[in-house]
Amino acid sequence: MNSVSIPAVSAAPSITGMSTRRVIGAYLAEARSECLRYMRAPAFMLPIMLLPTMFYLLFGVVMNGSAGADTARYLLVSYGVFGVMSPGLFGFGVSLALERDGGLLTYKRALPMPPGAYLLGKMLMAMVAAGVVILLLLTMALTLGHVVLSWQQAGLLLLTGVLGVLPFCALGMLIGTLIKGQGAPGMLNMVYLPMSFLSGLWIPMSMLPKALQQIAPIWPSYHLHQLGLAALGLQHGGVIQHFGVLAGFAAVFLIIAARRLRRYG
Amino acid sequence: MHTQTDVVARLCGVVKRYGHLTALDGVDLVLQRGELLAVLGPNGAGKSTSISLLLGLIRPDGGQAELFGMDPQQIDARRRIGVMLQSAVLPPTLHVGELLRLVASYYPHPRPLKESTGLAGIDDLLNRPYGRLSGGQQRRVQFALALCGRPELVFLDEPTVGMDIDARRKLWSAMRNLVAEGCSVVLTTHYLEEAEALAQRVVVMAKGRVLSEGSVDALRAQVPLARIRCATDLDVEAVSAWPLVNAAQREGGRLLILTSEPENVLRRLLDADASLSALEVQRAGLAEAFTELTREEDEQQEAA
Repeated sequence: MNSVSIPAVSAAPSITGMSTRRVIGAYLAEARSECLRYMRAPAFMLPIMLLPTMFYLLFGVVMNGSAGADTARYLLVSYGVFGVMSPGLFGFGVSLALERDGGLLTYKRALPMPPGAYLLGKMLMAMVAAGVVILLLLTMALTLGHVVLSWQQAGLLLLTGVLGVLPFCALGMLIGTLIKGQGAPGMLNMVYLPMSFLSGLWIPMSMLPKALQQIAPIWPSYHLHQLGLAALGLQHGGVIQHFGVLAGFAAVFLIIAARRLRRYG
Repeated sequence: MHTQTDVVARLCGVVKRYGHLTALDGVDLVLQRGELLAVLGPNGAGKSTSISLLLGLIRPDGGQAELFGMDPQQIDARRRIGVMLQSAVLPPTLHVGELLRLVASYYPHPRPLKESTGLAGIDDLLNRPYGRLSGGQQRRVQFALALCGRPELVFLDEPTVGMDIDARRKLWSAMRNLVAEGCSVVLTTHYLEEAEALAQRVVVMAKGRVLSEGSVDALRAQVPLARIRCATDLDVEAVSAWPLVNAAQREGGRLLILTSEPENVLRRLLDADASLSALEVQRAGLAEAFTELTREEDEQQEAA
């Protein structure tokens, strides 16, 4: 595009124009390395995979033997949402905080990496991790939990998880721009665990105090939970509102985070 | 017209402030195609700030930074450069080959993988996770990443810190190969012998300003000192009081004299001690010139 602005007299053999194919290749390479490096980091993958599956195994399968089919499905959604939040929050937040600290972000900004490839790569990594968590839970539900689901319901839940990770990516990114380095995991847990509890992911909403029930809609996880319940036919209507609220959350977090990143790197 | 296209990077009266601190105070810097420019200076001199401006990481508060006649923040300008930063923690779980392929993917016409690893001498490290490498090996991988995009200009920020002598010499020869290919290099370093061994031109910075600029020889000539070493019984105190002697000291049984007029001092020295032996006269190196330059700057600052 800018090769036009190079003087025609230039003796340099360089052609700085980058073909569209190579630009797309750069985005793919970035996403691929981002996925590879985290899939290979057990300290990152194990908590993300183990926490929701262990919880589900304990509360959804073992201790729930006699409860109805609806309860089993309800718990599948709850732990699914709980499991989807962490690759978003931690995958984005912790890695961004560490990479701002370690100078990797500065290095990438100095390199001719295409704009946004860094964030898109992390986003894709979080979506893959969220998909794996949902698939693990679905497998456990269908085999150990004897939950009956149609293919369509399972597919919708997977889709909800893979897309539902995005607002949490944006929130993680925002926290990652606020805190540098080693302080980020603690801060993210302070967001992750209370938010999960307050939006009824551990204890059903109806068992929480009235006041907490009323403020639940301020948590993004509440809305994702509702969407997940709708995907399994446990809830009807309101899908568009919940979707809209989540998109709004994502947009607001993303805008603030992007502004902070631009200003402070 | 010709000169204009041969300038690959330029700082023009650049001012950069951080709060009350002025990091750069009107810096002019021009880099020609195919030259290796060493930027020297004590900590806080403004070397890293200058590099950051040319990489588009920060913006100047005054003046202009240019890469290939473009704003450094334009990606098309940065597609022609390679970078090795002093402190960047690269993903430890990625293999060397994966890192190279990733960084090469950002460039329009990267080198083949083999060529990059050959130039940096890391053929044997390709399948090793980056985090398992020694410090020196990691630096060599970072060097390979800097040149893998076939850049026309490479920025090397303290590239040989933490390397043993052997690894350092290997990297030096790799840098020479790069320059022989026509690539320009900007090198910041603490090691004066590194600048002496590699650079065609040296810029000395201190306190956000350029103190001196020129070839290594011109910089030495700017501080015309010679070093006289000899075995003698003469008293150090007495010799250092002689006219034209800048400094004198004992060094391992030898007397060491720094002077700007070695001929005169030698005459007096030989007269004073007939049994003088093991005489050596040497032109002062870049290290002495550098010390003199930055010391003068300090004295001026204090006098002001």
